[in-house]
Amino acid sequence: MNHTLRYLFFALVVRPVALVVIGLNLRRRELLPRKGPALVVANHNSHLDALVLISLFPLRDLRRVRPVAAADTFCNGGWSEWFARQIIGIIPLDRKLKDRHTDPLRGVVEALEQENIVILFPEGTRGEPEQLCEFKTGVAHVAKRFPEAPVTPVYIHGLGKALPRGEALLVPFFCDVYVGEPIHWTGDRTAFMDQLQERMSALAEELGRPAWV
Amino acid sequence: MIFRPPPPEVGYVLVGVIAALAVASLVTATLRARRPDKDYTEVTARVRTWWVIVVLFGGAMLLGRGASLVFFAFASFLGLKEYLSLIPTRRADRRVLFWAYLAIPAQYALVYMEWYGVFIIFIPVYMFFLLPTRALLVGRTEGFINAMATLHWGLMTTVFSLSHAAYLLVITLSDPPRVTPHWPSEQGAADPGAGLLLLLVLLTQANDVAQYLWGKSIGVRKVAPKVSPNKTWGGVIGGVATTIVLAALIGPALSLLDAPRALLAGLIIGVAGFFGDLSMSALKRDLGVKDTGTTLPGHGGVLDRVDSLSYAAPLFFHYVYFLY
Repeated sequence: MNHTLRYLFFALVVRPVALVVIGLNLRRRELLPRKGPALVVANHNSHLDALVLISLFPLRDLRRVRPVAAADTFCNGGWSEWFARQIIGIIPLDRKLKDRHTDPLRGVVEALEQENIVILFPEGTRGEPEQLCEFKTGVAHVAKRFPEAPVTPVYIHGLGKALPRGEALLVPFFCDVYVGEPIHWTGDRTAFMDQLQERMSALAEELGRPAWV
Repeated sequence: MIFRPPPPEVGYVLVGVIAALAVASLVTATLRARRPDKDYTEVTARVRTWWVIVVLFGGAMLLGRGASLVFFAFASFLGLKEYLSLIPTRRADRRVLFWAYLAIPAQYALVYMEWYGVFIIFIPVYMFFLLPTRALLVGRTEGFINAMATLHWGLMTTVFSLSHAAYLLVITLSDPPRVTPHWPSEQGAADPGAGLLLLLVLLTQANDVAQYLWGKSIGVRKVAPKVSPNKTWGGVIGGVATTIVLAALIGPALSLLDAPRALLAGLIIGVAGFFGDLSMSALKRDLGVKDTGTTLPGHGGVLDRVDSLSYAAPLFFHYVYFLY
């Protein structure tokens, strides 16, 4: 990561766009983790999700905050890969299993070992705007390896309207970000995933906005 | 042109407003200290946000026309964004909404150019036809009329209306004007707009506050209980009366209105402001929300603050336009 450029990017581009052009309606920001290792888990509707989430953290913690991103989308060489790795600071994740020996979550594990705060999108894809898909279990595997790391659910609404999948035009819409109480690894994978899914649904219900068609 | 400061009476009134705010801050601080058990967070947040609004608006006015136009354009932007985030929208209308946002710089550019002829029809005529046409090109007919109607309502309320307040800044008198102007100062004669705008905004906000306070004191019978349970006849009549008195007192000192005309302006602003607030309440009821947003801590959203102004601005503007 190019730390200086990354700092400038988030301070001068992402934050003004997120706060002014888009506009945030934030609840319980204080529940976000202050230090790593920690996981932040959010629903995924737009490329803007990771950027907005990172901008919620204080700029001095920027080095420690890293989003997971699909390798097949962002690591195809060229300028966009450089930007994703150096400026956004992604942890690439291979969505397609090449062979059984490479652990696709290796990047996440390494980041957590370095006491980073990792942002993860368990839906695995942006999907249809403002619709919640079923969570993939990767997050449970990671939580099991780091039982002391808090897993903070965050529900985001509105960015799927501002910049949905397949569009390049950003249309200003207010964005709601509801942060939930963090959970910890419970010992059982199914129970953990159920609890996580339940927390997200509760946050979505707290917001109470309909699907977007 | 950009950095010409406004006439002195504008500065004096702004100082007066800041003094009133300082008193309010002092009162809330005293209340918090005297009664630590009662919850004053909302009032404190309200006053604090007022400080931010007054500093930004006052600062923009003192910096001159360009800054004031930018201020109102930004207010329109926030208002439209809040509105579009609040109402149901269709995914198919994304590009149409983008064009709607572009109407904001266009409209305020027309104010800057003092091009009244296009300013007054750009949104009601051109945007009114252009946006549905763009939607037709997308081709999603399900929910078409609903989407187009709500979009236009939003544009009219947040952009067209507020831009009338901004146009006051560039207003020039006809030769000769229907009514003889009563100039508050020499510089006021050269630049009548700033005083008028400050008067409009001041009276609109004072009307809101007055209606609220009168409502709390003597209000019993509700005006429109199905729409807003907070509006009482006592509040409305007391508030409008206060606005009229305030207008008669400050109007001639701040703007080219003489006392009787300022009185009538107060009546117009008071009544229009009331209906603006009520119509926003109806919208919120329809959508099942309590506040239009969270941009202004203690007040709710931008629309919550600007709703009375959006009804009062065009009516006041055309009143002045007709007279002078």
